[in-house]
Amino acid sequence: MTLLSVENLVTSFKTSAGEVRAVDGVSIAVERGQTLGIVGESGCGKSVLSLSIMQLLAHPGRVVEGKVLLEGRNLLDLSARQMRAVRGREIAMIFQEPMTSLNPVHSIGYQITEAMRAHEPSLSAAELRNRAVAVLDRVRIPSAARRFDEYPHQLSGGMRQRVMIAMALACKPKLLIADEPTTALDVTVQAQILELLRELQAENGMGIILITHDLGVIAEMADRVSVMYAGRVVERSSSAELFDDPQHPYTLGLLGSIPRVDEEKDRLTAIEGAVPPPFAWPPGCRFAPRCPFSIEACTQAPPALREVAPDHAAACLEAPL
Amino acid sequence: MAKYALQRLALAIPVLLGVLLVGFFLMQVVPTDPAIIRAGPQATQDVVEAIREELGLNKPLWQQFGLYMWRLFQGDLGVSIINNVAVTQELGDTIGPTLELMVASLFWSIPLGILMGTLAAYWRGSLIDRGIMAISVAGVSVPVFFIGLLMIWLLGFQWQLLPFTGRGGPLWTMDGIMAIILPALTLGGVFVGPVARMTRTAVVDMLSADHVRTARAKGLNEFLVVLRHALRNALIPVITLIGLQIGFLLGGAVVTETIFSWPGVGRLAVGAILSSDFPMAQGTIIVLSLGFILINLAVDLLYAVLDPRVRLS
Repeated sequence: MTLLSVENLVTSFKTSAGEVRAVDGVSIAVERGQTLGIVGESGCGKSVLSLSIMQLLAHPGRVVEGKVLLEGRNLLDLSARQMRAVRGREIAMIFQEPMTSLNPVHSIGYQITEAMRAHEPSLSAAELRNRAVAVLDRVRIPSAARRFDEYPHQLSGGMRQRVMIAMALACKPKLLIADEPTTALDVTVQAQILELLRELQAENGMGIILITHDLGVIAEMADRVSVMYAGRVVERSSSAELFDDPQHPYTLGLLGSIPRVDEEKDRLTAIEGAVPPPFAWPPGCRFAPRCPFSIEACTQAPPALREVAPDHAAACLEAPL
Repeated sequence: MAKYALQRLALAIPVLLGVLLVGFFLMQVVPTDPAIIRAGPQATQDVVEAIREELGLNKPLWQQFGLYMWRLFQGDLGVSIINNVAVTQELGDTIGPTLELMVASLFWSIPLGILMGTLAAYWRGSLIDRGIMAISVAGVSVPVFFIGLLMIWLLGFQWQLLPFTGRGGPLWTMDGIMAIILPALTLGGVFVGPVARMTRTAVVDMLSADHVRTARAKGLNEFLVVLRHALRNALIPVITLIGLQIGFLLGGAVVTETIFSWPGVGRLAVGAILSSDFPMAQGTIIVLSLGFILINLAVDLLYAVLDPRVRLS
C-alpha cells in the first residue's frame, strides 16, 4: 500500500478579499523508502500543501476537499486527538527556518524529549535522555551528551537544523516532510544535511516529501518529482525523466533558468513575467500568460494532468513537447 | 549569571544616589520653613532662629547635604519634627504592613492577569477575548481610589462582609486575613488590566511564532503548546511590563493605605507631607524609591531566569 497519497486536495483561505484556493486539486503519492520532491516557486502552494497534510494550517486556511491517506487511513477524518497522535509519531516535519523553529527558552534536550514524552508517556527521565542523546549522536552532533543541555542560541544554523532533524526522528516516523530544509543554510552545510537525510532514509526506510524551489536539491535527492505552479501540479514523473525530458513548458522554463558552468552566457535566462497572485489566477491554464507555447484553447479551460509518456504526466495541451 | 547579577547591582547604585539627591532638594524647594513648623504658630523670631541653628538650616546648602548624607550613611534619618520619634523607627514599624499589602495584591493579580491574557490570546477575536479585554480596559481606566471606595461601600458598608479599616493582625490569623482582603483587592485591581493586556499581546505574538508550529508538529496537545511554547516565552515581555508598572503599585499603595487606614509607609508619607514633617517625608521617599529599585533589580534577575540568552551571555 502506498505510504501517503493525497487525492484531489483543495485548501482554501477565506479572506475579506474573497476565497483563495492556495492548493487547488493536488494529488501526490509517496512510497516507503522513497523521496518525493515537490518543486515550485514561492507562492505555488507547496508549503500550504505540507501544512494541509499535517493539519497545521493557520486560520483562515482550511482543507475543503480531497483525501489525505496515510496507509489507507484518511487523516482528514481523524479527531483532533487522533491527529495529534499522528503528528510527530507517524509523520514528522522539519521546517525552513532553523533559527526560529526551535524555542529559544528551552534546552535542545528538552525539546527533543518533549516529542517522545508526548507519544510514549511511559518512558522514564533517564530513558528519555539516553534516547535523545542517541538521536543527537545519530545526526552527528559532536559531543551529544554535553549538547543535550545547551540552548538553540549556542548552536550554528547547520547544528540547529540537525537538532530539528533529530527532533523529527525521535519517534521514528514513517514519513518525513521536509519543507525547504536547506534553504537557509550555507552550501557546504546544505550538502551535509542532504547526505544525512539520505543516510537516515536508507537506515529506517521512511518516506520523505522534500519541498524545495531548488532543482539542484531535487536532482540530488528525489526519486519522483511533482512540479507545482499556482496551486496545481503541472507535471509529475521520475526525477531522472523530468530532467531528461521535461513535458511542461513551466518545467522547461525552470530547467532553463539554472545557470550552467559549461555554457557561456551574459545573462541568466528567466521565465518571462511573474507568478500571478492567487486572487488573479487566469481561468484556463494558469501558466498560459507566461507560456511561449500557449494557444487560444489554453485560456479557455484548465488542462487536465494526463499521461504523455509512460509514468510521466503533464498538464499541458501541447504536451508531449 | 553571577556577573550579570553584580552588573545589575552596580547599576542600581547611581540610581540610588540620584534618588537621595532629589529627595534632599525636593524638601529644599518646598516653600515652607521647617523651623517655623517646629516652633509652632506662637513662637517668637528668636525661638525660630534657635531652632534653625539647631537643625543646621542656616548652613550653606552643600554643607546641609553633606551632613544629610553622612547621617544617612550611619543609618540616621533624623527625627520627626512633629513628635520627635526617630524616622527609622517609624519606617521600621510601617514597612512590614506595606510589604504585606503589596505581596497580597500581587499574589492574586499577576496570576489572574496572566490567565486572562492567555485565554484572550488563545481565543482571540471571540466573545471570551472581547469580554476579558473589556474588563481589563475598565480596570486600567478606573482610578484606585474609586475601586477602593466602591469596595468599601458595597462589601464593607452595605453587605458588611469584610472589615475596611486598619490591619487586623498578623497574616496567619483570621482577623489579619479578613482585614487585608479589601485593600489587597483594591491595590491588585490596578494591576490585573495592564498585565492581562500585555500578556494577550505577547501570547498572540508567540502563537504565530515558528517554534509554536514546531511544537504542534511534534504532536503536543494545545495545553502544552500554549503553556510551554507561547506563554513561557511571552513571560519575558510581561515581566518587563510588570517592572515598569511597579511605580503605579507604589503610588497605588499610598492611596490604598490612606483609604483603608492601613498602617504602612504610604500612609506615613501622606501624613508627613500634609504636616510638613520634612525628615519623615524624606525618609518615606527614600524607602519607597529603594523599594522601586529593589523590585526592578528583582525583575532584571528574573529575566536571567526566564531567558537563557541573558543567563548565558
